[in-house]
Amino acid sequence: MKLIKKDIQHIANLARLDLSDQELDTYGKQLSDILGYIEQLQEVDTKGVEPTAQVTGLENSWREDEARAWDDSERVNAINQAPEIEDGQIKVGRVL
Amino acid sequence: MMLNKLTIKQAQEKLETGDISSVDLTRACLDRIKKVDDKVKACLTVCEKEALAEAKKADERRANGEKSGLLGIPYIAKDNIMTKDVRTTAASKILENYIAPFDATIIKKLRTAGAVLLGKSNLDEFAHGASTENSAFGATHNPWDLERVPGGSSGGSAAAVAADMCLFALGTDTGGSIRCPASFCGVTGLKPTYGLASRFGLIAMTSSTDVPGALAKTVEDAKIVMDAIVGIDKNDATTVNARELSSGCALKGKKIGIPKEYFNEGLDIDVKKLVMQAVEKYEKQGVEIIDVSLPHNKYSVGVYYIITPSEISSNLARFDGIRYGFSDKESKELIDIYKKSRGKGFGPEAKRRIMLGTYALSAGYFDAYYLKAQKVRTIIKEEFDRVLSEVDCVITPTSPHTAFKIGEQSSDPLKMYLEDIYVSGASLAGLPAISIPVGFSKGLPAGMQIIGKRFAESALYNIGSAFQNATDYHRQKPELK
Repeated sequence: MKLIKKDIQHIANLARLDLSDQELDTYGKQLSDILGYIEQLQEVDTKGVEPTAQVTGLENSWREDEARAWDDSERVNAINQAPEIEDGQIKVGRVL
Repeated sequence: MMLNKLTIKQAQEKLETGDISSVDLTRACLDRIKKVDDKVKACLTVCEKEALAEAKKADERRANGEKSGLLGIPYIAKDNIMTKDVRTTAASKILENYIAPFDATIIKKLRTAGAVLLGKSNLDEFAHGASTENSAFGATHNPWDLERVPGGSSGGSAAAVAADMCLFALGTDTGGSIRCPASFCGVTGLKPTYGLASRFGLIAMTSSTDVPGALAKTVEDAKIVMDAIVGIDKNDATTVNARELSSGCALKGKKIGIPKEYFNEGLDIDVKKLVMQAVEKYEKQGVEIIDVSLPHNKYSVGVYYIITPSEISSNLARFDGIRYGFSDKESKELIDIYKKSRGKGFGPEAKRRIMLGTYALSAGYFDAYYLKAQKVRTIIKEEFDRVLSEVDCVITPTSPHTAFKIGEQSSDPLKMYLEDIYVSGASLAGLPAISIPVGFSKGLPAGMQIIGKRFAESALYNIGSAFQNATDYHRQKPELK
């Protein structure tokens, strides 16, 4: 699988990554190499094999959907990590 | 007496008799960090004042009659584990000034047990790597040879234990990140069964294989740490009530499988010899050695490097420059805030993995990559389960060689990914695995990996301890020249 610059630019856009021209070049080559290696998975016969996403046999893990009180200092500390805060809330730019 | 050199077990006994205090022990570790960490660079943050205060509290608790295996024992946590009010960076610029607002569940458990947090250790950025060279804050150096890598991604934790900066360290293992550095640094590293210990408060990498575990000086110590951090957690729906499989202590009559695919070309001849010598030791003690085959293991790196980047691309989507972490101040448009904050905040390996995962999950490629990888994962898992139904554990080398030189292969990401060839299989199958020191090649430690049945950590402890009772590789210390 050879990725050209346009592909890489497209992936970077999907991933919301601003990349320099040099980065686009480097990652293009490296990702092509890595995908080339991963091609070997196509040799494996997986007809009728179910995919595995988890391994311990858990099926559904239910809990009550209830509001729980959270430590107030932890809440304030979490909000204070934001780049802009106003009146104890995170301030963001206009979206609409 | 160098208190920082003690094992947990030895320190416990001395604390119990009143020979030493936790403050003495903590001070010895802090002094050691001051003395050697400018060379090793294992720590990103050292919490001297807080640690001494916690140690004092632990001594008071002990004076009040409290007893616990970890009361007053100083440790270091990998910096992708949230520690309340302490900087938690994941070794990334994007979290350079991030202060964790709460404790990870495992940190909370250690606090309850009275363990003393000394500081936070270096890692490959977001745990992406096998050498700790991908840290945004500079590489950690292997205490056995400062020109070499400590392995990764828990390289800071392994180097700190090897250099006696702490009595134990916490790491995380997604595809070898505890075992690889344990082998390169000559310490014991346990990756538990997936779901045994909570992931709540770990900075997520690959949610389907991430596990927290212990780096310690002995197998016995690793067990003490694991016993304190395991358990079901409401905040992590994948934690499992451990139905512990007991294995019985006697070695005689046990069966160890040797998978031939792990001893093929690509394995350093000295490492092979050391692991085989260990296997012979077991045989002499009455263990039955059985040749087994895991023919699909050769695909584990391919599977791992689809599943892992895919989950990374999703887990790292939360770093958006809006709620926390680095935010590009010059951007005005929302899309530019995302792109510039992420473009400037993430290092090369994180970007590479985000790109690879985004590609594998993108329209038209999902079936060919992600779904295919998950199916091959099923085959790898079933193959392990089949082999482990016939033996108590399998023994392999942990890494194909001993520690390599810093910078030697950092420009070739694929070569670096192949470092995981012996360790990614157990991660994909969710099996417990431990790396223990098995001897030295040209002055550098080598490790063997023991992989067990799901939730049968006890077998790893018994088989691992038996080896350490008969050898002294784990007691040898680097000179740190």
